[in-house]
Amino acid sequence: MPANGAPTKITQGSQTKGGIGESTLRPDGTLKVTGEFAYSSDMWHEDMLWGQILRSTVAHAEIVSIDISEALAMAGVYAVLTYDDLPTAVKNYGLEIQDTPVLAHGKVRHHGEPVALVAADHPETARRAAAKIKVDYRELPVITDEASATAPDAILVHEGRDDHHSGHVPHPNIVHRQPIVRGNADEAAKRADVIVKGEYTFGMQDQAFLGPESGLAVPEEDGGVHLYVATQWLHSDLKQIAPVLGLPEEKVRMTLAGVGGAFGGREDLSMQIHACLLALRTGKPVKIVYNRFESFFGHVHRHPAKLYYEHGATKDGKLTHMKCKIVLDGGAYASASPAVVGNASSLSVGPYVVDDVDIEAIALYTNNPPCGAMRGFGAVQACFAYEAQMDKLAKQLGMDPVEFRQLNAMEQGTIMPTGQPVDSPAPVAELLRRVKAMPLPPERQWESSEGADVRQLPGGLSNTTHGENVVRGIGIAVGIKNVGFSEGFDDYSTAKVRMEVIGGEPVATVHTAMAEVGQGGVTVHAQIARTELGVTQVTIHPADTQVGSAGSTSASRQTYVTGGAVKNACELVREKVLEIGRRKFGSYHPAWATAELLLEGGKVVTDGGEVLGDLVDVLEDETVEIEAEWRHRPTEAFDLVTGQGNGHVQYSFAAHRAVVEVDTELGLVKVIELACAQDVGKALNPLSVIGQIQGGTTQGLGVAVMEEIIVDPKTAKVRNPSFTDYLIPTILDTPTIPVDVLELADDHAPYGLRGIGEAPTLSSTPAVLAAIRNATGLELNRTPVRPEHLTGTV
Amino acid sequence: MRVNFTVNGRPQEADDVWEGESLLYVLRERMGLPGSKNACEQGECGSCTVRLDGVPVCSCLVAAGQVEGRDVVTVEGLADFAQQRSESGCATGACGTSLQDAQQWRAKGTDSQTGEGTELSPIQQAFIDAGAVQCGFCTPGLLVASDELLERNPNPSDADIREALSGNLCRCTGYEKIMDAVRLAAARQSEGV
Amino acid sequence: MDFLRPASWEEALAAKAEHPTAVPIAGGTDVMVEINFDHRRPEYLLDLNRIGDLTEWEVGEESVRLGASVPYTRIMENLRAELPGLALASHTVASPQIRNRGGVGGNLGTASPAGDAHPALLAAGAEVEAESAARGTRLIPIDEFYTGVKRNALQPDELIRAVHVKKADGPQQYSKVGTRNAMVIAVCAFGLALHPETRTVRTGIGSAAPTPVRAKAAEEFLNAALEEGGFWDNGKIITPSVAKQFADLCSAGCNPIDDVRGTASYRRHAVGVMARRTLTWTWESYRGTRRTIEGAA
Repeated sequence: MPANGAPTKITQGSQTKGGIGESTLRPDGTLKVTGEFAYSSDMWHEDMLWGQILRSTVAHAEIVSIDISEALAMAGVYAVLTYDDLPTAVKNYGLEIQDTPVLAHGKVRHHGEPVALVAADHPETARRAAAKIKVDYRELPVITDEASATAPDAILVHEGRDDHHSGHVPHPNIVHRQPIVRGNADEAAKRADVIVKGEYTFGMQDQAFLGPESGLAVPEEDGGVHLYVATQWLHSDLKQIAPVLGLPEEKVRMTLAGVGGAFGGREDLSMQIHACLLALRTGKPVKIVYNRFESFFGHVHRHPAKLYYEHGATKDGKLTHMKCKIVLDGGAYASASPAVVGNASSLSVGPYVVDDVDIEAIALYTNNPPCGAMRGFGAVQACFAYEAQMDKLAKQLGMDPVEFRQLNAMEQGTIMPTGQPVDSPAPVAELLRRVKAMPLPPERQWESSEGADVRQLPGGLSNTTHGENVVRGIGIAVGIKNVGFSEGFDDYSTAKVRMEVIGGEPVATVHTAMAEVGQGGVTVHAQIARTELGVTQVTIHPADTQVGSAGSTSASRQTYVTGGAVKNACELVREKVLEIGRRKFGSYHPAWATAELLLEGGKVVTDGGEVLGDLVDVLEDETVEIEAEWRHRPTEAFDLVTGQGNGHVQYSFAAHRAVVEVDTELGLVKVIELACAQDVGKALNPLSVIGQIQGGTTQGLGVAVMEEIIVDPKTAKVRNPSFTDYLIPTILDTPTIPVDVLELADDHAPYGLRGIGEAPTLSSTPAVLAAIRNATGLELNRTPVRPEHLTGTV
Repeated sequence: MRVNFTVNGRPQEADDVWEGESLLYVLRERMGLPGSKNACEQGECGSCTVRLDGVPVCSCLVAAGQVEGRDVVTVEGLADFAQQRSESGCATGACGTSLQDAQQWRAKGTDSQTGEGTELSPIQQAFIDAGAVQCGFCTPGLLVASDELLERNPNPSDADIREALSGNLCRCTGYEKIMDAVRLAAARQSEGV
Repeated sequence: MDFLRPASWEEALAAKAEHPTAVPIAGGTDVMVEINFDHRRPEYLLDLNRIGDLTEWEVGEESVRLGASVPYTRIMENLRAELPGLALASHTVASPQIRNRGGVGGNLGTASPAGDAHPALLAAGAEVEAESAARGTRLIPIDEFYTGVKRNALQPDELIRAVHVKKADGPQQYSKVGTRNAMVIAVCAFGLALHPETRTVRTGIGSAAPTPVRAKAAEEFLNAALEEGGFWDNGKIITPSVAKQFADLCSAGCNPIDDVRGTASYRRHAVGVMARRTLTWTWESYRGTRRTIEGAA
């Protein structure tokens, strides 16, 4: 009893185990550790064929001719398809702009573009057949950067554009342009005591999810097709697939197969249409599995970027203005480039108060590999640049870099450059304080009684230093990411929740089309159902298109939006269940009519804890099922000239402190510790939250020191499409990652939660770069940093 | 060609194997054992790690014809493998597994639909408990490698764990929870839990 | 494609004689990557896994006869005293899984300039035992083995049976630069062996020339400088100017290219740094050993 003697009020879900706020374990965990979880590449069907894609060997060329006769004549080959075989007038697809050919027609625009398809009875037969297709290319000059794209006589990557951005862009080789002008940057610059200008380069990062693109298309008796595939958004795929096949959407059934990671790389289609085309043509199930080489061509990458920044500050450390131009290389097809431009532009100032800004972000069409969604989505590149600027400003002002940031940190109530007020907690200064206050890892941890333990030194097992020239450096950075789809997009999710008695126990079933890509959405859905319905048994139905869209597993949005939809559907089911209870038992106890009623522990209880009845008795053989859409509050488009508009739903903040040790002579880096502090609003599953933060942090580390797709500037061909030469961090490259989780509720969001998946990917990279600068004294304006940059041997 | 070998204690035969096929392909596509994963097929990720006559190897780099007459343990057989290791009087794991032992045991059936009622090995349970599984694609290879590490070295230092698992890439977790899982399994093993 | 499974060495030699284009496969860590990625479709694969003695080694008076397929893991664990440079190099090979399968025979057969074993073999001094059904066994000195980019001195009908590596008579070191702390192909690598018995120093450079090479000018310079200063006897610290010149000459011994793994300029630089560091480490170790011996006497 509380001190004042008032009865304790209980809230819905507080008495039921396994609800939100607990670190419940993954429902798919057992299957995943026994090897039985069925990933998309594990699909198998009696009598199935293997699909193979022939891809362009050049980046930009006219296709003079394609000869498939030899391939078609091979034993074991069931179909060879080219553009001419596409069944309808719809021959392109795309997330926002339908500019991507299902199969190349007349022209290829990037290295590795799909040209033809083969189905055969063994993957080797399919590969040999693909190799027998003769494609005659007439090569064209390649567009590879801003200068070549926007030259007056530049070849147009896409002729005759008529998409909704084509009217306002300054050049047809610019996909989208988003300026933001607020205040008067030129005037404000006059108040500055110091001005810092910088030019930054961000390399092309790959999502490098471990499960390659794959799936199985099974033709169905009604002339339709059932596709089992790994994707981030079933319904978006469906909308793009069905028109190309010439089938109504209900005849294209989609079931989510196990997804081996995504990180943005599965937002676009890969093998989906190709498998369906081959299955429909041959009348047999067709499986397509990319190998790692093909995977590097099979999905979009993070936009490489050039970023030009100017900041000013007064000598007491207040930012006066910011001007920037961000040039994102979108590659040959639009993918998510327009939205990435919106993000880069609207988040380019970072989590700081700057009233006078002049911002421009563009994405180019080039003949480089197409770029689109990857964790952090436009905010990553900007964060790398503005955080470098903050350190330079602090240095010029003779201030501590953390104090300088705190002095300019945004907070609740700050107006964004877009004019949008930040209307929930924005604890930027506090996050910085927390990472700075964490204890530092001990020095010289490599020293042992048996000499230097090379595993703990730069170079690791390669035995390059025993401590010589190893210098420690520390760097701190902070970032801001939007949560959810922005700029007026109708960002809703659907959930279907059912409640019934099975085997004498109340059971809830949650059915959504949410793509579980590893993030733990399925865990959280079960927790929400337990909290809202007071049951312990929750079944998660496989994700498919038999229920409405759950939107994309991206933009840190799934716990917020589909979680919100599950919460909403559960609340509706709860009302319905209580209605049944009132109908059946209302006359037996007045509390049924008068009290606030809750579902707890399989019973109906009053908010004072009095039990009114068992759910089993309330429901008997009735089933309550409700499917409902749920939306977060609406957003607005950004004005195309001023960039003003309430474009974002919610913001997410994280800060990192990196401790590195650099072998300054060989230019090798060992990250010793990468501490993170993040505000998550409310941790629905603390274990998963920490896992997301550590994983995001490590992807940021990767692009700081090793990850880059290298494209030959002369040919626009990818030079390192393999895990031998595109390196991602191993367990020996990854440091301890202490995490400090802050929970400041956002009152606009379900349970006060904040989307968390992306923010840790932002500040990780600039923190590592800052630490390397601190260790070496070098300026380092590009990422990833290679040994050449640290040793002057580029 | 035809290949005969033992997988998870059971003799298996594969027919019409193309000579360029890897052990990984045969396991996944011909034997209904897709637990070993196909993430890179170039020996750079470890997700296809199996034990070949007791030794952890990348099954993508073993030619199918090379396993003729040999003994393979995959993630699907890991629980039984660990169970029989502990029953053979080697609960600490420090004594390793002789080839003879490896060949004497057999996998038991499990409910493949839900995984319920599945007996897990200590390392499998630790991966679930520690939150070391996200997308799970790297998990089978990491389990096989971690299990072998703890068999060899029941009390590994952090640096030992990192070295032993340096051939297994994970893209989701940042490895911290994987470290936790191996530490947890080692601790439970030493407490005899 | 045909898969040949000889049960004995003699059968393997016969198969290779009959099918000179047959590609030997042992650990599979090179060959299978090429097959999986469709870079290579040999007519015949010649499996060497069933030939047990390829995974065995014998420690002799002067040298170790190391079977071509002895896994790197075994070398690391069992031959650290006899072949310290090669044991260190073995530890830098790819990952534990790869080290469990791959052996020196594969490195030699592929003859990639990036093969991790080469600098250690060059520095220690080694001979490759090659054999054919027609002409029997011959020993190819390691200095004559690498003939071009991914080319070696083997005849089409020959197979590598073993490599004879001189037992260490002094400290050896090995160092490799990669852009990751584990599981990485060498940007460049360096092996160094002190041979107190002959009062010579030998080197090996990997990934910084079309073939693995020794930095002979650097070796000659250092041999002379050590002799001249009486360093072998007096056990003095090598003067920084000598170490620097040795490092510079090692850099000059490179003939690298720019590629996705690193620039030529970086490779030259890094080889120099590794040369100086490994010289320091080995020399310190040599001095330590001398002190111990003197202390005992």
